[in-house]
Formats: sequence, structure tokens, C-alpha cells
Amino acid sequence: MASHFLLLVLYALLVSVAFAALLRDDPRAQVRLGGMMLAAFVAFAYVVGWLMYPLPL
Amino acid sequence: MSTKSTMAERTKAGAEPGMIALVCIAAWLIPGAGHLMQRRTQKGLVFLIVLPLMFVIGLLLNGRLFPLEVSDPLVFLGAIANRGVGIPYVIARMLDLGAGLITAVTYEYGNTFLMTAGLLNFLVILDAYDIAAGRK
Repeated sequence: MASHFLLLVLYALLVSVAFAALLRDDPRAQVRLGGMMLAAFVAFAYVVGWLMYPLPL
Repeated sequence: MSTKSTMAERTKAGAEPGMIALVCIAAWLIPGAGHLMQRRTQKGLVFLIVLPLMFVIGLLLNGRLFPLEVSDPLVFLGAIANRGVGIPYVIARMLDLGAGLITAVTYEYGNTFLMTAGLLNFLVILDAYDIAAGRK
């Protein structure tokens, strides 16, 4: 499994679930926060990835 | 009659110091155990599944369990993070896992998963401590 994007999504998913459980007590609030965090993680990484694309790294 | 309580009143309602220490040690050894001991079943089960799963994925991605080398600060910090996950780390060491394959394309991903599992468990331990101390 070497898809960078899939690994990114998997990592973001697990971290979001852990933080949502840690920071919220109500299950509905956990789902809401976890979903927002997952979307933010993936969107931010995607945008930063494209911004870094032209850089000679 | 006010329903709000001060921090001091809430702390008084917390567990004994020995019990708090026991909760913290259990939370470190088994991710989620500190919450399960305090009847926070849903949170405890989430941590019990997610954190060891992250650790196992890190091992499968050829991540490395770093040695405690004080001479190299970054490796040392990585080693502390690795040890945060508790018993899964001990089991991996006993099975000679976590040697790391630096040529693998997933090596850095593996390291990230391994260290994040440990660091998240440190936060979980602090949360269990807060609950045991009556702050939550």
C-alpha cells in the first residue's frame, strides 16, 4: 500500500477519530468535530501538496 | 441555588492520589484503559482500537522504533513518542519488529504513524488524569 493520498486519508481519519473522542463527550458532537477535522486535514494537505508541486524538492 | 462548582470543589470530588496514579499507569500501558476504569466506555473503546491500530499500521509501513539515544535529540524525542503507546511497544520489541526499512517508500509514513500513536496516548493519559482528579 504505497498510495500517498490513501495513507494521508487513513492517517487523517485515525487522528480525527482520536481527537474527536478526546475533545467531545456527546456522540453527535464527536461525529461533527471528527468529520470537520478529517475534511480540514485532507483539504489542507491537498492544497499544500499542489502549492509545493513546483518547488524543486 | 447555584449549580456551578469551583475548581477546588470539583478536585475534592476526585479519586485518591493512589487511584489517580493507577489510572495513569493503566492508561499508559493499555490505551483507553484509564477511561474504561472510570466507566467512560465509549471513549475508552475508541482509544483501545484506534491507537494500537495506528501503531500496527506504522509497523506494517516499515516504520522504525527509535532507540533512546541522548546524543541525537531528534531520535531521542522520537523514542519517547514511540514509548508512549505502552504495551504494544513492548510486544513489538519482544517480537523484534520496528527495525525500520529506510529504503521503503513508506518509511517516513510508518514513523509518523508510530510516533503519533504514542503522542496521542500521552494526551489520552492526561485526559484520564483530569477525569480521575475530578476536573471533568
